[in-house]
Amino acid sequence: MRNRDAAYWLFLTPVLAALILVVIVPLIYGFYYSFTNWNGLGTPDFIGLKNYLDLFTDKGFLDTFWFTIKFSVAAIVVINIIGLSLALIVTSKIKSSNILRTVFFMPNLIGGLILGFIWQFIFIKVFGAIGDLTGIEAFNGWLSTTDTGFWGLIILTSWQMAGYIMIIYIAYLQAVPEDLIEAAKIDGANTFQRFRHITFPLVAPAFTVSLFLTLSHSFKIYDQNLSLTNGAPYNSTEMVAMNIVKSAFTENDMAYAQAKAVIFFVIVAVVSLTQVYINKKREVEL
Amino acid sequence: MREKWKLWLLGFIGFILAILWLSPFYLMIVNAFKMKRDIFADTLGLPSAWTFENFVQAFEQLDFLRTLFNSLLISGVSVVIIIIFSAMAAYALSRNKSKISSLLFFVFVAAMLIPFQSVMIPLVAQFGQFGMLNKAGLIFMYLGFGCSLSIFLYHGTLKGIPVSLDEAAKIDGANRFQIFWHIIFPLLKPMSITVGILNVIWIWNDYLLPSLVIGGAGSETIPLKLFFFFGQYTKQWHLALAGLTLSIIPVIIAYFFAQRQIIKGIADGAVK
Repeated sequence: MRNRDAAYWLFLTPVLAALILVVIVPLIYGFYYSFTNWNGLGTPDFIGLKNYLDLFTDKGFLDTFWFTIKFSVAAIVVINIIGLSLALIVTSKIKSSNILRTVFFMPNLIGGLILGFIWQFIFIKVFGAIGDLTGIEAFNGWLSTTDTGFWGLIILTSWQMAGYIMIIYIAYLQAVPEDLIEAAKIDGANTFQRFRHITFPLVAPAFTVSLFLTLSHSFKIYDQNLSLTNGAPYNSTEMVAMNIVKSAFTENDMAYAQAKAVIFFVIVAVVSLTQVYINKKREVEL
Repeated sequence: MREKWKLWLLGFIGFILAILWLSPFYLMIVNAFKMKRDIFADTLGLPSAWTFENFVQAFEQLDFLRTLFNSLLISGVSVVIIIIFSAMAAYALSRNKSKISSLLFFVFVAAMLIPFQSVMIPLVAQFGQFGMLNKAGLIFMYLGFGCSLSIFLYHGTLKGIPVSLDEAAKIDGANRFQIFWHIIFPLLKPMSITVGILNVIWIWNDYLLPSLVIGGAGSETIPLKLFFFFGQYTKQWHLALAGLTLSIIPVIIAYFFAQRQIIKGIADGAVK
């Protein structure tokens, strides 16, 4: 197919039109708006870097940002430990492995909004009932403090995402040759040694993929945040994505929200590019 | 003997974890059958009397059939056009090895890095100006957001389909569209299933974009309607839980029939 063929451009037109109008043009306009005082209506005035400078002294935004980073770090650790453990259980020779896989993956198919509402019920009503039944104080008042809100979000996201990460680890675990494990067994390596010296190095690429997937996913989280805590108490469990949506569509501070969104974009892009870089580097080494 | 014991232990741990994993669903369903008073008196136990009343009321309040139809329509049409147009584009890009193709492919892949929040404000403003904040506009947006990953996945598969097939068909007198539609597209079927699954999962569950684009009563998708419904009945758990249960049923049914393809699709999409 040559460039000047009508067919070439006809085949590309629908997606090109969509990408340009839906992603590229808004992205460019977004950069422009972030340097103005645009409020959604009328013509924007150019105000230079003011929005960006204001961001650095905006305590609300900085708190949100810090909360998101803490959340992402905790989520990455918890989700990957659970995901890998589930994958190891499911790939062992137990009979129930297919059913278990189906069960562990199930929450991933349901939207974050619905899952957040379900867990709101669990944390408030069910935890409360368990607290009353056992007399353990720790079960009471979930989601009413910043800490329980934080761990509530971690539990919700782990429950949802561990099954997804499990699938990724399974794909790599199943590629580990059976005879290598057998050979090590004959040489007298125990289960832990076999995992440490054979399975682990062969599954290493899965760690890069999973770590970055959990990182970008937890950094961008919105639905779960909205439905589980909605930022309560006092916006202390609000994350960046939600902060942007709120300042744009609740406070109608469009240009300021767009400056936050630009910062958000830069961070997400840097994280993703780091992953691409690491993957490329490894491919070269192999 | 030791091996056997170890497997038994693993099986047992797996069983406990599975119970734990399913318990939120169990608690949701059981409590959805309780009367309001029952939930407060005994959250953990079985209902003292099972009632369908909550479901009847939630079904009406959610306008469930219409809401379900909206979700099916938007997800269905979006996924079909993403599949067809992305496959066409990936085909053109893979069969034309010019600088323009490499550049366009790079642009599509790079667009995957852009988070939704960083384009949503101008996007909604601009589509609003042209009166496109409606279902058609929403579907077009899904094409824009969904095509990048889809083109990337199709492109990988197309590299493995020999060009000699195209040439043979050309000699037989087929034009580009006929070659694509009758020869290439059928060969892409396994990838089309993967692309379809990956896209339908996020589009079906998406809340933020529809909440910004379709405001009008009667055109809400399931997540959108559920959000309003939950806000309305937040202290009335019996109704809220019945609504949540109802809204999950379509997904569970789909998962029951297609779990193999779904899990395979997820693995293919994530590992590449």
